[in-house]
Amino acid sequence: MSVTNSAIVVKNLYKYFGDVEAVRGVDLTVERGKVVVIFGPSGSGKSTLLRCMNHLEVETEGEVWVNGKRLEERAGNINEIRTEIGMVFQLFNLFPHLSAVENIALAQRVVRGRSKQEAFDVAMRQLVRVGIGDKAQVLPGQLSGGQQQRVAIARALAMDPKIMLFDEPTSALDPEMIKEVLDVMLDLVKEGMTMVVVTHEMGFARAAADLGVFMDQGVIVEQGSWEQLFNNPKELRTKQFLSQILKH
Amino acid sequence: MAEQELLDSAQRDAISLARRTDPLTGRLSGFPWWLVTIIFVLVATVYFVSTNETYREAYEFIIRGISITIQTTLYAYAIAIVIGLIMGLGRVSNNVIFRNFARFYVEVVRGIPMLVLIFYIAFVAVVDLAEMVGIPGRNVPMNSRAVIALAITYGAFSAEIFRAGIQSIGRGQMEAARSLGMSYAQAMRYIILPQGIRNVLPALGNDFIAMLKDSSLVSVLAVRDITQVARLHAGSTFRFREAYTILAVLYLSMTLVLSAIVQWMERRLHVSHK
Repeated sequence: MSVTNSAIVVKNLYKYFGDVEAVRGVDLTVERGKVVVIFGPSGSGKSTLLRCMNHLEVETEGEVWVNGKRLEERAGNINEIRTEIGMVFQLFNLFPHLSAVENIALAQRVVRGRSKQEAFDVAMRQLVRVGIGDKAQVLPGQLSGGQQQRVAIARALAMDPKIMLFDEPTSALDPEMIKEVLDVMLDLVKEGMTMVVVTHEMGFARAAADLGVFMDQGVIVEQGSWEQLFNNPKELRTKQFLSQILKH
Repeated sequence: MAEQELLDSAQRDAISLARRTDPLTGRLSGFPWWLVTIIFVLVATVYFVSTNETYREAYEFIIRGISITIQTTLYAYAIAIVIGLIMGLGRVSNNVIFRNFARFYVEVVRGIPMLVLIFYIAFVAVVDLAEMVGIPGRNVPMNSRAVIALAITYGAFSAEIFRAGIQSIGRGQMEAARSLGMSYAQAMRYIILPQGIRNVLPALGNDFIAMLKDSSLVSVLAVRDITQVARLHAGSTFRFREAYTILAVLYLSMTLVLSAIVQWMERRLHVSHK
């Protein structure tokens, strides 16, 4: 387990919220170019684990390394490291006062220091890439959920991240919009993006996951290749959970 | 603001109730009779001023204070907004010193009667401060002291408004901005404040109206605003009715126009939020 050659290394991670122990001793390595899918019941700590990977939550104990750099408590390097990690949220979190293209251009300008023209060019390219080039001037409130999530993905990609984190990206979407978002994500997989995805979309996991991680009650119950995890889970808890979500 | 909403909703209820009963009385009961009455009072005052010698004298004397009233309000408000923004940011800051200082300031100002605060700032704080930088305290003009006193007082109120505005924005916005690599300050500047301030524009407008009215308090510093000159006129001519009627009507006509502007602002915000 090399800290320097892996995209993300999580070592012995604990995260408490007051008395609530959200994550209790997690070790996880995400290799470059690989796709890791984390799943588990709600409250299992999977989102907290993901949010620790870019220090939206600061670990109570343990270490997080991204591209060979340790995330420090006193955030000297955190802004720089975050530019290498794109994050996509369950509720999109687009900036409602900015149009789609401005949503994507803003951080490029103030963080990457790109010129207005360059930032808008990149933004337009990303919008076309996620299939909504015609919505550039539209405010987020006038877009559908699926379109909003695609703008959010484009916004993250415009920063040229080396890693993408997805926190239940399709959970808040109407069923008919899930596919358009998953398609964009599958394109990213094809391009070799390093991705950590918290999701219950088993179809996506089957198609994309290099590593499956099942979490429950703050710990990783089981991890392994998707085939092994899905077809021959070792742990009873994994078996139970999979059979539950597959029934529906 | 809450009061205004209450009034608005009461009015809406009255209108819809009346509409349900009878279209004619509906229209009549929804008509803003209160506004007509106020306008009648204003027109009557104008009539008195133009026809009655004593009213005209009072008016011509008192109106000389209007520029001081407006100037004091504008300057004090501008400074109060700056103080309020800084202290509002302090209220939500993670920095222990900054946060506590902002809280201290807000609590002290809100816990002291405005009149007492104005005396204290004008005659103690400003004098001490001036002498600290080597200016004799009495050389600071009363008009400036009045502006500073009002600004410090209202800075605390607008700090709470800005805080409310910042906190009205969901934490997902800050998280999205930060995860794109923006610093806390950049996220505030480009994401949180533009949205948060928009949400509290009506409240800031109401604050301006309140300050226009409270600027009358600076008359205790012998600043010659309309309240002070009205008192002078009343004192020297013993025409209290004329002086104070005109004074009241002057404030009323200014606040009426301003609250119409604030209401228009509110309506526009509601529309664009939908």
